[in-house]
Amino acid sequence: MSGVRVSVGTRKGAFVLTSDGKRERWDVNGPHFGGWEIYHLKGSPADPNRLYASQSSGWFGQVIQRSNDGGKTWEPVGNQFVYDGVPGTHQWYDGTPRPWEFKRVWHLEPSLTDPDTVYAGVEDAALFRTIDGGQKWQELPSLRDIKGHLWQPGAGGMCLHTIMLDPGNPKRIFIAISAAGVFGTDDAGKTWRPMNRGLKSQYELPDPDAEVGHCVHRIAMHPSRPGVLFMQKHWDVMRTDDAGESWQEVSGNLPTDFGFPIDVHAHEPDTIYVVPIKSDSEHYPPDGKLRVYRSRTGGHEWEALTKGLPQSHCYLNVLRDAMAVDALDPCGVYVGTTGGQVYASADAGNTWAPIVRDLPAVLSVEVQTLP
Amino acid sequence: MIRVVLPAHLRTLAGIGGEVTLDVGGQVTQRSVLDALEARYPMLRGTIRDQVTQQRRAFVRVFACEQDLSHEPPDAPLPDAVATGAEPLLIVGAMAGG
Repeated sequence: MSGVRVSVGTRKGAFVLTSDGKRERWDVNGPHFGGWEIYHLKGSPADPNRLYASQSSGWFGQVIQRSNDGGKTWEPVGNQFVYDGVPGTHQWYDGTPRPWEFKRVWHLEPSLTDPDTVYAGVEDAALFRTIDGGQKWQELPSLRDIKGHLWQPGAGGMCLHTIMLDPGNPKRIFIAISAAGVFGTDDAGKTWRPMNRGLKSQYELPDPDAEVGHCVHRIAMHPSRPGVLFMQKHWDVMRTDDAGESWQEVSGNLPTDFGFPIDVHAHEPDTIYVVPIKSDSEHYPPDGKLRVYRSRTGGHEWEALTKGLPQSHCYLNVLRDAMAVDALDPCGVYVGTTGGQVYASADAGNTWAPIVRDLPAVLSVEVQTLP
Repeated sequence: MIRVVLPAHLRTLAGIGGEVTLDVGGQVTQRSVLDALEARYPMLRGTIRDQVTQQRRAFVRVFACEQDLSHEPPDAPLPDAVATGAEPLLIVGAMAGG
């Protein structure tokens, strides 16, 4: 019987949760790298036992770990992230120019076809790639040519947090940066274009529909329909049907359209999930109720999913990389919270149960569906 | 033989059980000791000092013989007691918390 592996990054280490296809009983393995921040770990679609993890610490900096046995054992690989050439400057919070400075890896996106090729999204925002299993990392520098001097950090830092590889076109990549926006390439990273037309940030930017500067929190796609992207922006849930050329708001009847993660059902390209959060200054669910919202219509019409989720006195957050789906039938949905819970639904969100309740604050959740 | 004591997180990262002993050719300085340490344990590159600038990371401290050597030039000779192995060089994660 097939199974699932849920890789969880937390403020104080990584955990690997495994179950069979029923997803009722779970084995919890960890902490790995105890005491270190694990912003993200993710398995290779081309080799399920190959995992990469971003391990970092305010004291000791950035480490990249690689596993060849599904997360049981790990080895450190290359951790040198050097911006290409003279890195130049971006905007600082006070509007002054500030030199680019590497801080950490937020997101690792393994290639869809080659287990040794991985993309890394970093803070200060840039995209790196390895083609040798993580030993050496090289920047794809032309991304920062797209008005990079105007990019400015959000409160969480100027991070490149989302990397989406088009399964139908190996040269097409979408990335998202907080707070710069969405950018896309059709030539494997040689040239990039901003893809923010239709975004409106009237409370965040002096020019609400600026070409760059939007605080995009997360974007998602269904692999069968890579021209349709969904976005959770700082405020607003958005959708594009033309591969990022233009965006339309689909927040509809959500109780609030602020939030961080967004994801797509594995088998229904128009079924999407978000976790509404009260506001940008109150990072917890409205009314003290943790509700995942599901739209079966690609946006506009949303239903609250509450069964098994805390519906009183709940004041945690779900961060941008802390939602994932598995590819079983019915589709499984997973969310990790800053309160240390990982909730799982084995029925596409209808009912939920915690896999674990007391981990450190969860930074990321990824799922592999195993043969 | 130079003795080096690392903080627990770096011992775990490098798979080291206790003190590290290193042969250091030439003058014994912070730079020559760290060069030898990183040559033996490449996974420590970047964790104590920046890989490009070679500057000590902000929250890492270097102690020996009850002195804070963190702000000494990297090519300054370390105390004789460290150079002879009588005393260890301590790499320390700075205090933080509240």
